[in-house]
Amino acid sequence: MSGSRPDQLAADDEPAPASGHTPGTVPRRRGTALRRFTRNRLAVAGLAVVAVLFLFSFVGPLIYDTDQVHTDLAAANLEPGDDGHPLGTDDVGYDVLGRLMVGGQTSLVIGLAAGALATVIGTAWGAVAGYLGGRVDAVMMRVVDAGIAIPALFLLLVASAITTPDVPMMILVMGLVSWLVPARLVRAEALSLKTRDYVLTLRAIGGSHRRAIVRHIVPNAVGTMMVNATFQVADAILLVAYVSFLGMGVQPPATDWGAMLSKGVSYAYSGAWWLILPAGVLIVLVVASFNFIGDGLRDMFEVRGKNR
Amino acid sequence: MARFLVRRVLQAVIVTVIVTVIVFALLHALPGGPARGVLGQQATPEQIAAFNRAQGLDQPIWTQYWHYLGRLVQGDLGESFTLNAPVSQLLANRLPKTLLLTMASTVVALLIALPLGVWQAARRNSVLDYTATALAIIVYSTPVFFLGLILIMVFAQAIPLFPAQAPQGDALGDILADPNALVLPVVTGAFATVAAFSRYMRSATLDNLAEDYARTARAKGTSERRVLVRHVVRNSLVPVVTMLGYYIPVMFGGSLVVESMFNYPGVGFLFWNAAQTSDFPVLLGVVLVIAIATVVGSMLADIAQALIDPRVRSVAV
Repeated sequence: MSGSRPDQLAADDEPAPASGHTPGTVPRRRGTALRRFTRNRLAVAGLAVVAVLFLFSFVGPLIYDTDQVHTDLAAANLEPGDDGHPLGTDDVGYDVLGRLMVGGQTSLVIGLAAGALATVIGTAWGAVAGYLGGRVDAVMMRVVDAGIAIPALFLLLVASAITTPDVPMMILVMGLVSWLVPARLVRAEALSLKTRDYVLTLRAIGGSHRRAIVRHIVPNAVGTMMVNATFQVADAILLVAYVSFLGMGVQPPATDWGAMLSKGVSYAYSGAWWLILPAGVLIVLVVASFNFIGDGLRDMFEVRGKNR
Repeated sequence: MARFLVRRVLQAVIVTVIVTVIVFALLHALPGGPARGVLGQQATPEQIAAFNRAQGLDQPIWTQYWHYLGRLVQGDLGESFTLNAPVSQLLANRLPKTLLLTMASTVVALLIALPLGVWQAARRNSVLDYTATALAIIVYSTPVFFLGLILIMVFAQAIPLFPAQAPQGDALGDILADPNALVLPVVTGAFATVAAFSRYMRSATLDNLAEDYARTARAKGTSERRVLVRHVVRNSLVPVVTMLGYYIPVMFGGSLVVESMFNYPGVGFLFWNAAQTSDFPVLLGVVLVIAIATVVGSMLADIAQALIDPRVRSVAV
């Protein structure tokens, strides 16, 4: 769901001057960029969690081999621990632990690719709009406003109703509905960058607009882009989960963490917690981790205070 | 202010027109066009041609768009493929129920979020503040449906306090008659809003605590508590509450999930069913109405912010 993120609007939380006393400590020398990232412990933890989840999803199936294509009704609805299934089986007999691994592949691949695609489209659109300015900018940004007015989740369900959703199609559609926020951010950056001396000099000595955008505007907006791309990935993974939970995502036997919960309400009634908690917790872990990493990158690139 | 108002309203009108173009384009992006949608996959080319002629679909695309706009202005959103009723009538029946659910969720959420934000600002950078912040990010990262499933497992299955099915019924009164069944949907919808608005409130309170008037009050010997309660909270509340105007798309997204989970008979549930039956007039009608609500909501929020804070007006829209 696109919307303003609470964690970013509150970015400028320098402590207000407390009444009475001033802190007596000398401000520490600012470390290198990397140290600024590692100082954010939640960000480092997030990076570790993402790494573990990648190993779990992509290397896991090599070690823990299960059939995630053919259903096996004879082995359906087993509880955790039964018959060599550490996390039990679902209502058509898929081993839940193995299913979490292949589902993780779908969630992570779609999330990363859609986040990257959205960042590329948004950067190009925003850089051109901000650099050219004037009428072109006004028209391009009204298109962005109109796009933002249509909630992505609704648009995705319409797209799923038009074509059968598979992984490439979901990446494409999610990229196409999520580039609007990065476009706004990069445009704001481009507006200020284009008046810098080095851009003006380039133009004065006859450099092309294209060169100004590709060589100066975009590279200088890279910090903003990286931070935003990380949040985009978090949002994309969440969005995939929503679409799949609503039954309009990738179709069986393919699955993702959201799709594993699409029958969640009936699982909840039957008390089958092992069919709900593991998949849900993994979604929360990966999305929160990307959000924490984004916070760390924001410290690192010092783009604090910029709303996306 | 007048100039700001005119520009802002004009901008909203332009954006609305672009939205109608996008929705119109989507309607025509359907494989085989609207004719396939209505007549089904078995329709012969002759039938499709006849349908297109009857519906004016053989005319130039801009003529069609013009007619489409004309019908929209009259409130005609087309007929549902499956429900045998005009889309506008379906929406008129469902929207009040969705508003009831989202408003209840929002009120509950704000009653928790606003005091929480102030409390965090008063204890800024303490362990409790950091914990609350990390928790807010985790709640924000949690899919609404997962929260809902946990609530169903705990409060409907393990300890059967509340039903996991929302109140049913065609009239708004039927729904209000069963408040017990509203508890789980309302609480599920409230979580994300608590996370978002406690952050806004904390940040607004911190900004105001650093303002000159707060310092003046302290210099006059006002206690920190009184500065907070009498001066800062008042000034922080208004901008935070106007943020609700920008929050409309998020609310509709949330209600889509909550309503389809709990079978709540609102717009979200209507949309979800329409997505599964490929009922395009309903899908695109709902999208259009939500988009227009979003445009109007953010316009009103911008205007409210400009009224409160004259500095906003000078910023180019």
